[in-house]
Amino acid sequence: MSAVREWLLDDSPSSRLQASFGRAWRMFSALLRNPLAVAGMLIILALIAMAAFAPWIAPYSATGQDLANRLVPPSAQHWMGTDELGRDIFSRVVYGARITLMIVVMVAVIAAPVGLVIGAVSGYFGGWADRILMGVTDIFLSMPKLILALAFVAALGPGIENAIIAIAITSWPVYARIARAETLTFRDAEFIAAVRLQGASAMRIILRHVLPLCASSTIVRVTLDMAGIILTAAGLGFLGLGAQPPLPEWGAMISRGRNFILDQWWVATMPGFAIILVSLGFCFLGDGLRDVLDPKQRENR
Amino acid sequence: MSAAIQLQDLDISYGPTKVVHGVSLAIAEGESFALVGESGSGKSTILRAISGLAPDWTGAISVQGKPRGHAPDREFAKTCQMVFQDPYGSLHPRKTVDDCLSEPLVVHGIGERDARVKAALAAVGLDQRFRFRYPHQLSGGQRQRVAIARALMLEPRILLLDEPTSALDVSVQAEILNLLKRLRRDQGLTYLLVTHNLPVVSFLCDRLAVMRHGRIVEIAPVEALRRGTLHDAYSRELYAASGGTVRIG
Amino acid sequence: MSAPLLSVKNLRVTFPTAKGPVDVVRGVSFSLGRERLGIVGESGSGKSMTGRAILKLIRPPGRIAADEMVFDGLDLTRQSERQMRAIRGARISMIMQDPKFSLNPVMTVGEQIAEALQPHRPMPRRQLRDRVLGMLEAVRINEPERVEKLYPHEISGGMGQRVMIAMMLIPEPDLLIADEPTSALDVSVQAQVLDIIEELVTGKGMGLILISHDLNLVARYCDRILVMNGGQIVEQCAARELDKAEHPYTRGLLAAMPRMDEDREELPVLDRSAWAAT
Repeated sequence: MSAVREWLLDDSPSSRLQASFGRAWRMFSALLRNPLAVAGMLIILALIAMAAFAPWIAPYSATGQDLANRLVPPSAQHWMGTDELGRDIFSRVVYGARITLMIVVMVAVIAAPVGLVIGAVSGYFGGWADRILMGVTDIFLSMPKLILALAFVAALGPGIENAIIAIAITSWPVYARIARAETLTFRDAEFIAAVRLQGASAMRIILRHVLPLCASSTIVRVTLDMAGIILTAAGLGFLGLGAQPPLPEWGAMISRGRNFILDQWWVATMPGFAIILVSLGFCFLGDGLRDVLDPKQRENR
Repeated sequence: MSAAIQLQDLDISYGPTKVVHGVSLAIAEGESFALVGESGSGKSTILRAISGLAPDWTGAISVQGKPRGHAPDREFAKTCQMVFQDPYGSLHPRKTVDDCLSEPLVVHGIGERDARVKAALAAVGLDQRFRFRYPHQLSGGQRQRVAIARALMLEPRILLLDEPTSALDVSVQAEILNLLKRLRRDQGLTYLLVTHNLPVVSFLCDRLAVMRHGRIVEIAPVEALRRGTLHDAYSRELYAASGGTVRIG
Repeated sequence: MSAPLLSVKNLRVTFPTAKGPVDVVRGVSFSLGRERLGIVGESGSGKSMTGRAILKLIRPPGRIAADEMVFDGLDLTRQSERQMRAIRGARISMIMQDPKFSLNPVMTVGEQIAEALQPHRPMPRRQLRDRVLGMLEAVRINEPERVEKLYPHEISGGMGQRVMIAMMLIPEPDLLIADEPTSALDVSVQAQVLDIIEELVTGKGMGLILISHDLNLVARYCDRILVMNGGQIVEQCAARELDKAEHPYTRGLLAAMPRMDEDREELPVLDRSAWAAT
């Protein structure tokens, strides 16, 4: 163990691999020193574990109905009670983790790279490219996120895939703005001038030299946005435009529980707790990541 | 004899303002030439125009007999490279020394990268254990050595040096100046040095041009600087302000 | 000579790091009369930290400790933050390296100079304005009525630094600490700015601590020089005897500087092992 640690923290690494592992380790141990970030990480790890091992964790099927046991309050058999069709809410919440995780990952995978590339290209070239790309970005930014997502889903038809696409379409502009702002700060830096003078192409400079520097602030922002993405997905589900029944999507579950909120509070409340907890987890992790990845922010505090 | 760098009636603008007016110069192969002047005199702008970083110019620039275009290009990169002033700003903060030195080789598809990087580190007097460090793990002097090694990776004939030691401590400056002098002697390089520091010119250069408000006011051999016999009134003023004793007559 | 203006004994500045506390200033002692003292050293020598420590301007988690730090009878180590605020500016002033960062971009030059005086000596508006104009004149600014109304981005670096000097000297402090006051300026402007500082300091009988990396500059404008390295004072000497300095570090620094009439093939490089052991 200590040999590995020493290898990681070596001031004079002897290979590329060791250097990048060392850097990653230093960041990770800085993250471990932040209690809130650790709490966030634990919550997200729990979410991932729940999604991965759902069939083993959930005591019942997520869709199996048992009309004899409708709207049972939380008990030893049904930890979170059952809903109007007698389905075990705890099992549905556990399976719902899969949907939530998928939405979050898909949105991040689609929206973040698109935003990064558009922002970096816009910032690096400036001029007309910048005006056109940022014009488009501004049009998207000027519309409320949920309304825009609603419009897209309405046009594409309800369903989880379309919800993901709609959320991704509404979230990339923020990343484009961040990437552009970051790019502008070092576009004229000497280290970029130096690679230009070595004859590197604009494409290579953007991909290999500009994007790695935008990445950390984008990662922070994506993590912080995760909560918003989950809430938007839940909102779409709540309005019946996201995941369709019988999929155990948390937002849709709250929507169904709305009818019983006064008498059978647990139907809507349990998935609500799950949403809040996971959103908080991402916020904590995002704040921690910002402290580690973005030293500028730390000094401002 | 073809000049390493030839400038003819060079005017350079930044946006609407013209910062360099009608500069003509010829720097011989193997010569070490200095452009001196105060901030705003246009001396750095000339370097940027030659390298392609300041594209808005008129007149003619030719490097080793070939006319220069207005942007950096791949072929030019192999004949002429630049070393920047600020060792903290000229290295990519997320790339190791190895990445930084390999990059020009990758761009130009040159092989034997491992051996070349090792040789470059040795040439600038850096121990091999610095190879996989990040810039924040290096001192200012070590960073400037890396920047010089990077400029030499493509084996250029000409180095443009933009205040290469003015951000460094005196003792580190001496090391870098010695290194630059040795590299020039060993590899027969041509230097075009921009600086405000006259003693550095005296140590490293053969000839100098004094610039003021975007114009060259005097071109003199370095002996004139050493003996304090610069002719132009402004040159003498600069000389006195830099701590030189002006000799009358 | 009577009691010194400032006396510092065994000053230490410590910063905690991941690898334990690091002393950036390690037991510095000196005293200062109404004279010009130069502190020279390379980056990381602790010279700037020494200057800031006198004003207790070390930000936490940095810590200052000293056996004695007495300014004109006042024990600075015992002053509260509130009391220090009354001392800073009014009795001890500090000029920083780059006027660009020290001047408020949304206030005119005149307002800022007035602002520097007002809290310490409240006075009627007219009188205040006269003082400001007089001060601008003293730092050799032509047309002070015009310059007074300008914003910092409308003036040059050299003029910005002169405005800073005006700001720092208008409350008539007893001690001026100038930390690299001219290293952001051109050589010809440097001399001008330093001449103004020197004239005002000697004219008003103030003490001056000039902190710089430039040996020649300090030798030219100071009476006495402290050479710092690694957080310690390695040599003290009179400015005009700098070329007779004995410590290998000072000698190394002097030799490493290229000269105007340079004829050496190679510059001697500091051999840090020569005194690192001591």
